[in-house]
Amino acid sequence: MMNRRTLLSSSTAALGLGLTATVIPANLRAQEKLKIGFVYSSLIGDAGWTFMHDEGRLMLEAEFGDAIETAYVESIDGGADAERVVRQFASQGFGLIFGTSFNHMNPMARVAEQFPDVKFEHATGYTQLPNMAIYHVRDYEARYLLGMVAGSMGNSLGVVASYPIPEVVRGINAMTAGARSVNPNFTTKVVWISTWFDPGLERTTADALIDQGVDVLAHFTDSPAVVQAAEDRGKYVVALGAMDQYGPKSHLTAMVYNWGPYYVERTRAVLDGTWASSNTWEGISRDMLTISPLNAAVPADAGAAVTAKQEEMRTGAFHPFAGPVLTNTGEEKVAAGAVADDGMLLSMDFYVEGVEGALPS
Amino acid sequence: MLPRLVLRLQPSALALYGAPVIALIFTLAFGYVLFASIGRDPLAALHAYFIAPVNSTFGLSELLLTALPLALIGLGLAVGFRANIWNIGAEGQLLLGAIGGGSVALALWGEGVPGTFILVCLTGAITGMAWAAIPAFLRIRFNANEILTSLMLIYVADQLLGYLVHGPLKNPQGFGFPESRLFSAEAQMPLLWDGTRLHVGWLLLPVAAVGIWLFLSHTLAGFRMRVGGDAEPAAAYAGFSRPGMIWLSFLLTGGLAGLVGAMEVAGPVGQLLPTISPGYGFAAIIVAFLGRLTPLGVVLAAHLLALILIGGENVQMLGVPSSVAQLFQGVLLVALLASDVLVRFRVVWSTPARRAA
Repeated sequence: MMNRRTLLSSSTAALGLGLTATVIPANLRAQEKLKIGFVYSSLIGDAGWTFMHDEGRLMLEAEFGDAIETAYVESIDGGADAERVVRQFASQGFGLIFGTSFNHMNPMARVAEQFPDVKFEHATGYTQLPNMAIYHVRDYEARYLLGMVAGSMGNSLGVVASYPIPEVVRGINAMTAGARSVNPNFTTKVVWISTWFDPGLERTTADALIDQGVDVLAHFTDSPAVVQAAEDRGKYVVALGAMDQYGPKSHLTAMVYNWGPYYVERTRAVLDGTWASSNTWEGISRDMLTISPLNAAVPADAGAAVTAKQEEMRTGAFHPFAGPVLTNTGEEKVAAGAVADDGMLLSMDFYVEGVEGALPS
Repeated sequence: MLPRLVLRLQPSALALYGAPVIALIFTLAFGYVLFASIGRDPLAALHAYFIAPVNSTFGLSELLLTALPLALIGLGLAVGFRANIWNIGAEGQLLLGAIGGGSVALALWGEGVPGTFILVCLTGAITGMAWAAIPAFLRIRFNANEILTSLMLIYVADQLLGYLVHGPLKNPQGFGFPESRLFSAEAQMPLLWDGTRLHVGWLLLPVAAVGIWLFLSHTLAGFRMRVGGDAEPAAAYAGFSRPGMIWLSFLLTGGLAGLVGAMEVAGPVGQLLPTISPGYGFAAIIVAFLGRLTPLGVVLAAHLLALILIGGENVQMLGVPSSVAQLFQGVLLVALLASDVLVRFRVVWSTPARRAA
């Protein structure tokens, strides 16, 4: 058995060895690789928003191998930390930096102005600079498909919603419109919980919605709690990010962000020297978005209709907000024959027909 | 042979300064093994933790900037904790300061009033105090446990901030996102050091630290607070007013926390957001105890905590997961607090005498 003295001396030796063995090569290593930094707003976990961004980062590593090096910092959300982290990346020789949360926008813009040679990419925001591109996904396309699945499996949807921002309102409306396209009497109940991640609150909200009699659940939050609630209570759920491992019977399908192809494209552009600032808002047509395989409980004809609609969106033949679009108070927002323009989509502040209640103002 | 703890009659001077050193050595050794065990270069990780954050002027300025809120709130908490008055809700008082200060900044947006930032800070301090007055009042009037009331008011403050940035204070040009406008230049804290984010608010730290040291060690009111904590019956017998102590400690901490909130939104953040503090109000509780409830100790502890906070971000850039970074931070804090046992107790190795049956 090792006594205290030998433990002490062997750990001193280990410290000494470490000093000579590790520090020197690190200093001599050439710094030619493109270093790519990711700022995440939450922990990666095993499902949800940040998890899907990290899938994209892993795709970069698989695609470019030794030509690049990636790093990430988790749980950076708002406050003074975001600017420091972005700046640390920029000043440590990272050539391409992705900010994956809305709250990273203003901090990133401030750093971008100080580091003109570094390329910045910000997801979900609206500030674009010569060296800061913005990108987001037309998530309402997949939400419409989720709604179609929900509408063929039940008569009502209960939504565990995060914040009443246009993106989330758009998703609620798209799901409701999709459901009503296959089930005209379908209705949607919404509960706002003012958080992106709170498994306890997500669960109790899901339970409350089930108690009110909804058939299918949906969520904009990050944890699998809503899927687990549906599984335990014998209801269905359309999820955010594939979470079928949490609900083999209840998980009908999920909206899946597919950031990888975009990340690969932008990284290749930096490596080729062709990167330019841009504003990307694409969806199914550019493979930035998809839905996960349908549950066996979904009837084949309903599945076929969903697949057909997905193809129509891919070719541009169908738009989820094609007119007539009516609010739930009967006001016409988009006339028959027209489609909602991006300005309306980006600032959507009304519920469509079929959603119960009023938006918090 | 079993170790036993025997209370020292006098705190040991050797242990007073030696305990943190022992804790640090233990933590470094633990970190070495921890980082090596997940396949990372342990020396590079420790370097990223403790050296990299401070080996550039920007890094140093960030350390001072991050330590500022922790130190200011920790100083206030230390006064109350000395008197066994437990304000756990500094985070909520910080948020109210941000709301109050931020509202002034937004009300004067684009008006070009010079020195708006001073008004922002003052309003923040006052709204923080007002929020802290609620648990103080409930304690004095209804004997409601201040730990619970101050803690619960954090969640109320959080929801209030959320309501405001989604509603009345939302940026009209912000595409519906939950954030206020960026404050105009005259509402922002002037920088103390060009090229960094360190602002003039930092100058308040030495003032507050010296002021609270003078208060605790050289004033009758400070003496009352200490007696109130060490021996409450004695303080009552001497006629020291308990409500007075409660008011003082809550208003002091609430004012400092509110000031911090206002300086965060008018400083590095620059606008109101749904999330503006990474938990400074909670971390300041650790800072207060780590600093042994003394002003100098609190200031040192705040800088240590800021260092490991920034270091925790740095090691993630080397591929250390944030959960491992937090584990390491936790071990450092536990080691530091646990080693304090050595200051008040000494370890005696002895076989307990067998009692006669």
